[in-house]
Amino acid sequence: MTQYRVLPGPEHFLPPSAASMGICLPNPGEAHINGVIVPEEQAYEEAAKQFLMAKVPTLFPGPLVLWAWNEKAAKKATAIRHLYNTLKECVQPGQTPMLIPMPDYRPKYPKINPEVEINPNHPNLTIWHNKIDCCMFIGVHCHQANLSLKIIRGGTSCYTIAMCAQAGHEDAMLSFRDASVEKIMRLADAVKRLKGTVTPRLTSAKSGASN
Amino acid sequence: MSKERIKISEDLYDIMPSDYQDLVKSATYGKEDRGWKDIGNSKELIEQHSLCAGCPESMAFRYILASLPNPEDTVMVGSTGCTSLVFPMVAVHNIHSLFGNQNAIASGLKRALSVRFPGRTKDVVVLAGDGATVDIGLDMTLQAWFRQEKFTTICFDNELYANTGGQESGLMQKGFVAKMAPVGKLFDKVRLPEIARESGCHYVVQCTVSKPSLVEKVVRNAVMIAREIGPTYLQLYTPCILEIGKNSMEGLQEMRDSEKPTERFAYKEYVSEPAKQLLAEIAAKDKEKKAAAKQLASQGA
Repeated sequence: MTQYRVLPGPEHFLPPSAASMGICLPNPGEAHINGVIVPEEQAYEEAAKQFLMAKVPTLFPGPLVLWAWNEKAAKKATAIRHLYNTLKECVQPGQTPMLIPMPDYRPKYPKINPEVEINPNHPNLTIWHNKIDCCMFIGVHCHQANLSLKIIRGGTSCYTIAMCAQAGHEDAMLSFRDASVEKIMRLADAVKRLKGTVTPRLTSAKSGASN
Repeated sequence: MSKERIKISEDLYDIMPSDYQDLVKSATYGKEDRGWKDIGNSKELIEQHSLCAGCPESMAFRYILASLPNPEDTVMVGSTGCTSLVFPMVAVHNIHSLFGNQNAIASGLKRALSVRFPGRTKDVVVLAGDGATVDIGLDMTLQAWFRQEKFTTICFDNELYANTGGQESGLMQKGFVAKMAPVGKLFDKVRLPEIARESGCHYVVQCTVSKPSLVEKVVRNAVMIAREIGPTYLQLYTPCILEIGKNSMEGLQEMRDSEKPTERFAYKEYVSEPAKQLLAEIAAKDKEKKAAAKQLASQGA
């Protein structure tokens, strides 16, 4: 079994893909935390804790939920908004939850505006700019999520969570699989349940990114 | 065919950058009489671009995108060159092909789209530079025309390889000295419009992009004819102002000078008999529509 663990970076300029280091994807009903397979229930608790500890917990919804291309997508968008509102209700003063979209994947010239969006080709810009120390990808196509998660692990100290609608992501520090409206709501419930029980990292001098 | 396909999820609408909101609110998808006059009044399908200031290619790009009759159901196939810097900024499906391979890609794509969406009109438009169309990709260009593939090929003719610093291309004029072609071209400019006609293209036009209304007309004709009859070809002069030693403001004048009747970009058009018939039918339908609209307006008044 591999000794490699998927941990917040900065790992180095070109981090290895976690899969190449022996990290496996979870089976249905499971998730992974730092590359270790765990029951899904444990992952909800851990993800909620990470959100509540973070100075700038952030949700990054991708095109699969930003665009109402079918009814399910629109429902997921509603659930994401609910999770964001829950985060805002449950954090302590000084913590600033954010909801930043990834509307598409094109490499944008001359530059993106990191205050209003994230681009998978240079996600570190948005993370550095907003000092994001915990984020969750949702509704991002897998190949673009893999690319971004690796860049984030390579160049920032941000904790990454993937709420993946397929089989999950090795390159995230915590990954769910088979994302659904119910799972997003369960995560929101876990955040609510743990409200007030987690000490936020507000005193940390090094918030968000390292560059 | 409408904006039905691009709806933002209501609950996340407020966080979408304004570019995307504008695209949904005021782009001209689904507008039947869309054209270059929408530029300035609506959200263009081209966002920022990183071409040089005053680049005629950027003007051409904007006119073409404003003139596509069916942008939401159009796929553009591009090739390596300055255009590839623009395609990521374009709100129309596009494919970047291997250099010179664009007409081969478009052939397969057009056939696949007709199998996958039998009841829907899907247009394919190739947009490539002269190097990709006439030099490296000539084989693919001609073979697609021989096979009567139903798509439009547009060549941005800047008469050299501009993106790589000014090498000689087949469409360069005889005697021209470029930065990386110091001897001067020894041969005549390849007469691709004539070759296109002989290779089976049903609509061939050579012109500059100095007149937006002309570009609109030829683009619409080319797409409609390709949709119904067979291959069409447009050769548009989009001079590279940097490589021919002009300033940003001089691109338009360069095109005007080159389109005079005795010059190499004098307007040239070839329309096959079936294409003529189709254009006449389209014109008659448009006339009918306009008359009906006029009658309706006068009744309303």
